[in-house]
Amino acid sequence: MDLGRGRFLAATGAAIAAGAIPGGAFAQSVKLPFANGDRPLVAFPQKRPLIVLTPRPPQLETPFAIFDDGVYTPNDAFYVRWHLSNIPQSVNADTHRIAVTGLVNSALSLSLADLGAMPAVELAAVNQCSGNSRGLFEPRVAGGEWSNGAMGNALWTGVRLRDILDRAGVKAGAKQVQFNGLETGVFPATPNFKKSLDLDVARGDDVIVAYAMNGQPLPVLNGYPVRLIVPGWFATYWVKMLSAITVRDTVDDNFWMKTAYRIPDTPNNDVLPSQTGFPTIPINRMRVRSFVTNVADGGTLPEGSRALRGIAFDGGSGIKGVEVSSDSGATWRDATLEADYGKYSFRRWHAELDVPRGTFIIAVRATANDGATQRAMAGWNPSGYMRNAIETYQVSVS
Amino acid sequence: MTKQSLIVLGIVAALGASALAATKAAPPKGTATISLPGDAGMAFKPGPGAGVVQGQCLSCHSSAYVSTQPQLTRAQWTAEVAKMKNVYGAPIPDDQAPAIVDYLTTQYGKP
Repeated sequence: MDLGRGRFLAATGAAIAAGAIPGGAFAQSVKLPFANGDRPLVAFPQKRPLIVLTPRPPQLETPFAIFDDGVYTPNDAFYVRWHLSNIPQSVNADTHRIAVTGLVNSALSLSLADLGAMPAVELAAVNQCSGNSRGLFEPRVAGGEWSNGAMGNALWTGVRLRDILDRAGVKAGAKQVQFNGLETGVFPATPNFKKSLDLDVARGDDVIVAYAMNGQPLPVLNGYPVRLIVPGWFATYWVKMLSAITVRDTVDDNFWMKTAYRIPDTPNNDVLPSQTGFPTIPINRMRVRSFVTNVADGGTLPEGSRALRGIAFDGGSGIKGVEVSSDSGATWRDATLEADYGKYSFRRWHAELDVPRGTFIIAVRATANDGATQRAMAGWNPSGYMRNAIETYQVSVS
Repeated sequence: MTKQSLIVLGIVAALGASALAATKAAPPKGTATISLPGDAGMAFKPGPGAGVVQGQCLSCHSSAYVSTQPQLTRAQWTAEVAKMKNVYGAPIPDDQAPAIVDYLTTQYGKP
């Protein structure tokens, strides 16, 4: 395996980045490692300064160094991604209701107090945008140009969706459950953001309607007062400001299911950039990924230090092992896994490099309990989803 | 308030905190209000067609949705404008679409 060539291409991509727009006009800015990667850092309400992809609708990326601070991503540092610009800026938890309708025996209108009276579930789970790392695709694709920070890990508290469905009583013939939140488009013609899960997925043990995040109310920008949590699945299904649950007897054909958020139904969900006419399916489970968190690409370890730290996660089987390489992926050694916060959580790891002074291409590779691992070469799909190639870092050791 | 009562309050607060740590969080109560910063000072580059673009594109999203894209070709910008109109329902008059594509290709496209 030689990861050197991919690295060289990535470095070239960063070097030809255009001028400082829009970052230049702001007090703080960062340069993400791809063309047009200049971004301002701005503190939005209830948030510390985050990397602004777009202010309207709000799309904010977590600066990667924050992932070194702990297994949970703090609420004020958690990334933000909305699709449409009509987002309520004031939400009353006391009057908020979740309408449960459709193919059910008795329709419900659930308050937060109703949820509070049901059995509570608590679990750690990674929330990752389908397009996390899209800016790193080669060739580039249009869309939200994120680096690797459109993800986060939190402890979620709420009630099982299955308990809600059982309370309403799902009728025979139900196929899918559709979710809607308070976000809407500016124009009536804009497709309302609704997402659907097959009934067996929706009834899973760990799908919850969450009213707390890391023990606190959700920030408004993360969906106060309540959002759907679909552990192991990409965040597109984790509908924020959840207001409606509809049991359907047909497969949802709304724009956000039938046209958007689809991946090629091909081996590894890959296609060639020239390929057309391939079948697609709705995006679903996340793929295994791993990252170094204590040093950035191009960085230097503290004098005398050979210590690496990082995180790994997958789509819900849990992390079996993490390996690191200091020679572009030619040889690997096992990292040590840290405490297990559950199969949907970030799993922290650490390793000691066995290298003299110098500059090295560090690589990190995780293997999940289901046997899946990461590939050296990134796959490609036209929407820039599901990136999970082995990450590499040029690191200097002194 | 006496020193003793302050100490008692402190113990009660500490007990409360440890009890909370052991208990799952309860649903929130009350209204949460934020004030979003709009376009946070971002704007489209000046140039021919900028006025049309501001009028049509800014109704739904910031200029950053355009400026952060990779350098797209004229064909790609044409497809993006068509998607905004036909898929997302932006009421872009047919006679204004070419000016928008020209502007995007010139200012944010592949040279």
